[in-house]
Amino acid sequence: MSKNIIEVKHLSKSFDISSKEQGLKGTLKHFFRRQTKSLKVIKDINFEIKEGEIVGFLGANGAGKTTILKMLCGLIYPSEGSIIVSGSLPFRRKENFLKNITLIMGQKQQLIWDLPPIESFYLNASIYDLDKFEAKRRIKKLSDMLEIDDELFIPVRKLSLGQRMKSELLAALIHEPNILFLDEPTLGLDINAQRNLRKFLKKYNKETNATICLTSHYMKDITSLCQRVICVQNGSISYDGKLDLLLKRLSPVKEILIVCHSEKDATKLEESGFSIKNKTKNEITIKIENNLFTSALKTILNNFDIKDLYINEPPVDEIIGKILIKKDYDI
Amino acid sequence: MNPRKYFKVYTKFLHTSLASELEYKTNILIDLITAILSLIGSIFLLSIFFQNNGSIGGWEFEQALIIQGIYTILNGITNTWFNPNLTEIVKHIREGTLDFVLLKPIDSQFFISLKKINPSGFLEIMLGIGLLLFCIRINQINLNLSFLTLFLITIICSICILYSLWFFISTTTIWFVKTWNAIEVLRSFLYIGRFPLNSFSFTLRIFFSVFIPIAFITTIPSEVFLGLSQLWEIFLEVFVATVFLMTSRKFWLFALKFYSSASS
Repeated sequence: MSKNIIEVKHLSKSFDISSKEQGLKGTLKHFFRRQTKSLKVIKDINFEIKEGEIVGFLGANGAGKTTILKMLCGLIYPSEGSIIVSGSLPFRRKENFLKNITLIMGQKQQLIWDLPPIESFYLNASIYDLDKFEAKRRIKKLSDMLEIDDELFIPVRKLSLGQRMKSELLAALIHEPNILFLDEPTLGLDINAQRNLRKFLKKYNKETNATICLTSHYMKDITSLCQRVICVQNGSISYDGKLDLLLKRLSPVKEILIVCHSEKDATKLEESGFSIKNKTKNEITIKIENNLFTSALKTILNNFDIKDLYINEPPVDEIIGKILIKKDYDI
Repeated sequence: MNPRKYFKVYTKFLHTSLASELEYKTNILIDLITAILSLIGSIFLLSIFFQNNGSIGGWEFEQALIIQGIYTILNGITNTWFNPNLTEIVKHIREGTLDFVLLKPIDSQFFISLKKINPSGFLEIMLGIGLLLFCIRINQINLNLSFLTLFLITIICSICILYSLWFFISTTTIWFVKTWNAIEVLRSFLYIGRFPLNSFSFTLRIFFSVFIPIAFITTIPSEVFLGLSQLWEIFLEVFVATVFLMTSRKFWLFALKFYSSASS
């Protein structure tokens, strides 16, 4: 059994937020007498993450996902509660702790804009105290995994977003960290670049047993990488567990589209007691609860002469979207 | 702190920032021309002040050139290191890229103060040294070891004071987010350092000695140059520089506790 690498207990964070009224009067009032109020953005959350786990943080914009990630990597001081990451208090930012973690943000970059990425890699290597040969070995290994080669020698400003993101990853992983904090790493990337990035992260996790904490608004990132998700709503955790369980809970029914040989067969099926969503001539769509699905399917196949059958599961985006849109969605 | 590692990192900083700057050749050429014209303009302005009066505040034109030389060296250092790095702090904080700096296993103040250099500032340093060598000749100054040591100590102290003032203002960005204006005001005050402190009224002299220690930055090294300085003045400058450096360090560490990073 893997040990806990991240332990969060009763964690809260408040920020002082200033608000401004509309118009010139509001602007002047805001300039001379700024009204600030303390806003609790993270409210008494608890969770643990095991070594080697890939955990996705889900939530609407402003739910508090990035704030949690930034507290975990030590950028923001918590207001209340405790965080232990890899045996250290993150906000102390001790050298050993910093050598163990990395933060990758899809919308911010650390590469030197006017120079080829290779220059940034060697600069990072010197900061992490790696000698030239070790740095070269790691750059070769990671560039092979990321499938980048010639791009290493082209100025960053001339690279495509996908190539830049791969280079950002290489720069962030040159010290071989055990814990990766990824804040929307696939933001703005095309479908192929997203897929390649996910493939790389999976491989990296498998080869190094690194722990990955990920936030993303692309559901494909979550479904293909994370077995476990933590849903954040208004600064609180509304769900912490397996992704497939969440999907079952949010979508308790499946739909089956049955194509019958004739309209008569379809009517016979309609009258057999299933919950009908809609019916057109010889096609009928029925809704079946997940726990009754197998037995219902058996009944249909044994008792009715059908031409074809399609099982429709609601798209994951749609299911997760329910959490994001409705802020007080009861999971 | 591992000095070998910091030296290695600094050589990488030098290499990467020189390589970045050399990508834009025309920009460097313009900077070099600006540095030469700026020095010529300053000397011309100084000569106008001294045209009718033989001396200002007890300083002859030939002596005032020493202050101009020291100011040119300090301005060169400002343009080489302080300007490209310390103005970047504001950008780092506004855009949230300070996150990357804080998560590196290296001192964050070292990183943000020395990551970049602007090579065209080197020319100003060379011009300043050239002007000082010329002043040695025209003022018939006797070069010896104690003179050079004292001059070097006071110049290093001046650099420390200048750096601390600038760094202190940049650090306040953590609370105020935009502090460009304050940095511009500081730069304007530094222009005053081109003139002898004695040429100002008593009130201004107090202001530029106590509140914004311009006096320490150029006048004391110039007095050392001319052999006019008192020992207590040098001790005072060393003391002020140490206090400024330590305060700016403590203030940075204190301010980081309030860093909230930019939203994503």
